[in-house]
Amino acid sequence: MTEFLQQLVNGITWGSVYALIALGYTMVYGILRLINFAHGDIYMLGAFFGYYAARLTGAAVDPNPFKATGILLISMVGCGLVGFLIERFAYKPVRKSSRLAALITAIGVSLLLENGGQILFGADPKFFPQIIRASNIPLGMGVTISNQQVIILVVSFALMLGLRFIVLHTRAGKAMRAVSYSHTAASLMGISVSRIITFTFVLGSMLAAAAGVLVALQNPKIEPYMGIMPGLKAFVAAVLGGIGNIPGAVLGGLVMGIAEVMVVGYLSPTWRDAIAFVLLIIILLVRPSGLLGQPPAEKV
Amino acid sequence: MRQLLWSLGVVAVLIGVNIVLPRMINPYIAQIIVLCGINIILAVSLNLINGFTGQFSIGHAGFMAIGAYGSAMFTLHVGMRWAAGLSAAGVPEPIAQGTALLVALVLGGLLAAVAGYLVGLPSLRLRGDYLAIVTLGFGEIIRVLILNVDAVGGARGLPGIPGWVNFFWVGIGVAGVIFLSRHLAMSTHGRALFAIRDDEVAAEALGVDTTSYKVLAFVMGSFFAGVAGGLFAHFLSYLNPNSFTFLKSIEVIAMVVLGGMGSISGAVLAAIILTLMPEVLRPVKDYRMVLYSLMLIILMITRPGGLLGSREISLAWLLKRRRPARESA
Amino acid sequence: MGSRYGLRFALAGTLLFALGLAGCGAPTKEELVIGEYGSLTGGDATFGQSTKAGVEVALDELIAQKGGKIGGMPVRVVVEDDQGKAEEAASVVQKLINQDRVIAVVGEVASSRSLAGGPICQQNGVPMISPSSTNPRVTLVGDYIFRMCYLDDFQGQVIARFAADSLKLSRVAVLKDVKNDYSIALAQYFTEAFVKSGGKVLIEQSYSSNDQDFRAQLTAMKAKSPQAIVVPGYYTEVGLIGRQARELGIVAPILGGDGWESQKLLEIGGDALNGCYYANHWSLDQPNPKLQSFLATYRGKFKGDPDAIAGLAYDAATVLFQSLEKLASEDPATFRALGSSKAGTDARKAAAGKLRDILASTTGFEGVTGTVTMDENRNPKKPIVVIAIRGGKKTAAAILNP
Repeated sequence: MTEFLQQLVNGITWGSVYALIALGYTMVYGILRLINFAHGDIYMLGAFFGYYAARLTGAAVDPNPFKATGILLISMVGCGLVGFLIERFAYKPVRKSSRLAALITAIGVSLLLENGGQILFGADPKFFPQIIRASNIPLGMGVTISNQQVIILVVSFALMLGLRFIVLHTRAGKAMRAVSYSHTAASLMGISVSRIITFTFVLGSMLAAAAGVLVALQNPKIEPYMGIMPGLKAFVAAVLGGIGNIPGAVLGGLVMGIAEVMVVGYLSPTWRDAIAFVLLIIILLVRPSGLLGQPPAEKV
Repeated sequence: MRQLLWSLGVVAVLIGVNIVLPRMINPYIAQIIVLCGINIILAVSLNLINGFTGQFSIGHAGFMAIGAYGSAMFTLHVGMRWAAGLSAAGVPEPIAQGTALLVALVLGGLLAAVAGYLVGLPSLRLRGDYLAIVTLGFGEIIRVLILNVDAVGGARGLPGIPGWVNFFWVGIGVAGVIFLSRHLAMSTHGRALFAIRDDEVAAEALGVDTTSYKVLAFVMGSFFAGVAGGLFAHFLSYLNPNSFTFLKSIEVIAMVVLGGMGSISGAVLAAIILTLMPEVLRPVKDYRMVLYSLMLIILMITRPGGLLGSREISLAWLLKRRRPARESA
Repeated sequence: MGSRYGLRFALAGTLLFALGLAGCGAPTKEELVIGEYGSLTGGDATFGQSTKAGVEVALDELIAQKGGKIGGMPVRVVVEDDQGKAEEAASVVQKLINQDRVIAVVGEVASSRSLAGGPICQQNGVPMISPSSTNPRVTLVGDYIFRMCYLDDFQGQVIARFAADSLKLSRVAVLKDVKNDYSIALAQYFTEAFVKSGGKVLIEQSYSSNDQDFRAQLTAMKAKSPQAIVVPGYYTEVGLIGRQARELGIVAPILGGDGWESQKLLEIGGDALNGCYYANHWSLDQPNPKLQSFLATYRGKFKGDPDAIAGLAYDAATVLFQSLEKLASEDPATFRALGSSKAGTDARKAAAGKLRDILASTTGFEGVTGTVTMDENRNPKKPIVVIAIRGGKKTAAAILNP
């Protein structure tokens, strides 16, 4: 029983990592209908920005929560800027072209960030400083959770709620929903579609940065290729929950995290990477637009 | 009759090339040419799925892996004995090996086609990006499966596959996939596929059986991906599951999109360019992949419809273009 | 306009490529070209870069001592990147042999890529020395394939012996990397040897390279309370495994092999790895004068400590240089064929064969990673150093001979 509960805690905390990355994915997709392959790499950049910020501010040797928050913000701003540049110089020029052209551009950006990152940061993995000291919190019955895991959980739920608030209750959010419904109709209503897309993109990149810093805090090994697999799995999580749907992304992330951990713990660890996809295929066969997704209206 | 003559001509030319070319160039260049050929088969076959039918598949590496491992296992357990037996019976070695290779390739292709059928079925229900992610998932499941099956070597890889592939066999594969695609594009079936790509609802309303056509495209595309995998296995003599990650699928998609969706000659051209580019960029060492990705982005921005759009290069087209080109110069 | 431009661009690119290939054909001057291939980019990039650094130090020494010449001919090293992919490895080895016309090849680190490149070297009769591929099958490819490191079966035995005899352990857990052929083989050799010596493997779990989360496996292991966890993987994951084990309250020591060797191991693992042990090719605190002088040069050039991969690459390059030296003095006529562009293919092949014979007869070579004597299968007989991690420092705990 202890083992099962511990595995459940492991699954939820691991799932929250997926959820955090999936949030940004799902948002960009909702507006642009673009699978932003570079999202996982912006997550990587977020971790590296955090790494350099921590070294500059000296938080590595003298950690305190204020510095940690500052590092998180620096990294989010940095990635927001990178996201802005990527959108401006790579995605905007192909926005009017086919969606596949945009997809290949996204793949190109992803490769560029990975290989550029390797030259810039070096190929060897770096140790992400403990900007918040780790401690274990016993939950009773021999089950433990670390304070860093709790932080990830809290932050991903806070971000989800914040994002929901922005999308549902602000003018910008209203505009985003309009754009996601129809670019043409939105622009006829006087919404600057271009600015909304840029805004979405910057917001998505900032979310990825937050995920990068938080995950690096928990698993303090960062390297230029760290974004590929989590990025892919997070995307699967977003699709699982119904892509474009914000609570769906969190739900999808949690389902995947728990499923993976349970497969490792009780079946065979070798099937870990496959289970995400098996689960995905089964769910999509039963519910073709994901757990919480709405089936798209077919325009005839 | 004309077709028979054409195919005989192709075979004769390929035999000639196979005899002459290895004497003229060194094995490194020969290897690049063969890899170009394998990538052409992959790109043109994916073009059948992505370019012709508009079904977005990111699992091509999975079909390739099935073909590669399937044909390699056949050769290792049966084909090598056949080839040895035939040579012992007095059949010249190239023919004996070629026969065994042909069977292995067709078998690999068929296995991949069966897998393509199974993956094609969910495409009845799923559209667009959902289908994409299912195919991606399928590719990853295949890879994990291979990693876990000890009989095919798991993570250690599968060594000792005889290197029977030469220019002739790659040429046959390339000619086969191009011929079939071309033939399909010109036929009623091809028109039906294009109709599905351009507007699925309208196509259905006009009486096109969208379901079976989509599955047909999947099956044919995966058959040739399997053949390409078989050629890859019998060329490198060594297989490793890491050669078939989703990055390989993405590489092939890049070829199709860069060439121009639906354009066969575009896919061929793009496959050649994207295979040569990393080799040409070797002198810049560490910056190689950075330049590669930059060029990919720039090409997509400047030519978003692909190099050729949906046009084809043909003799008539080239002749027609030459005159205006001179005038403008 | 646009389409024409794009097409021309493509055609021009292809043409340039063809011209470039034609232009850089055979070398025109007399020189000895040595090829090196490794993963300079990609997930295992540190391996390729360490190898490159080790070979560079060896070349620098040759330049300092002999003006960079062997037998009157200058030595040039061509390094190619295989991105950590097996098919790229095959492709670059073809390039090195046929395009750059190298006389010998140094590489690869990962056994899977040595297995892809090895057959091509064997076919072309070009000697290849893998600095650090520990899988037994690598040198079985053929008589032109050598290595500079010990083998996994021996390493597995040593870890088992050390666990059973020195640490007095009898019940352990194994956590291996299923995506990594090295890890699978080492886990298997360890288990065989450990069970033979009367020990028991309570549970075997696995992960995949680049995983970040190992809590599920570790939780399952904790339930069986093993005396130690054996992780025959790469340092990239070991640090995180250590941290997460301690987080879950597992205090048992963790044991491993030479995949752990990196300056980053302790940085990532931190205090979590105190009290852990791993088998290695060397220990930097050993008094071996060769090692200490190598360390001094390396630190001067790269401002940091080398890992064992750099040391093995240095040894591989040095053995190669010495063998060439020997060939030059024993048989100058044959030797010239290696570096002369005028020499025919047959003369080159014969010379490469002689070089192979000299490499195969290497005995008592004093390297930075120990004394090397090649056995009949072109594998060196070398001792293994077991490193103990205590107080954030690596020290030699035991040296075990084959």
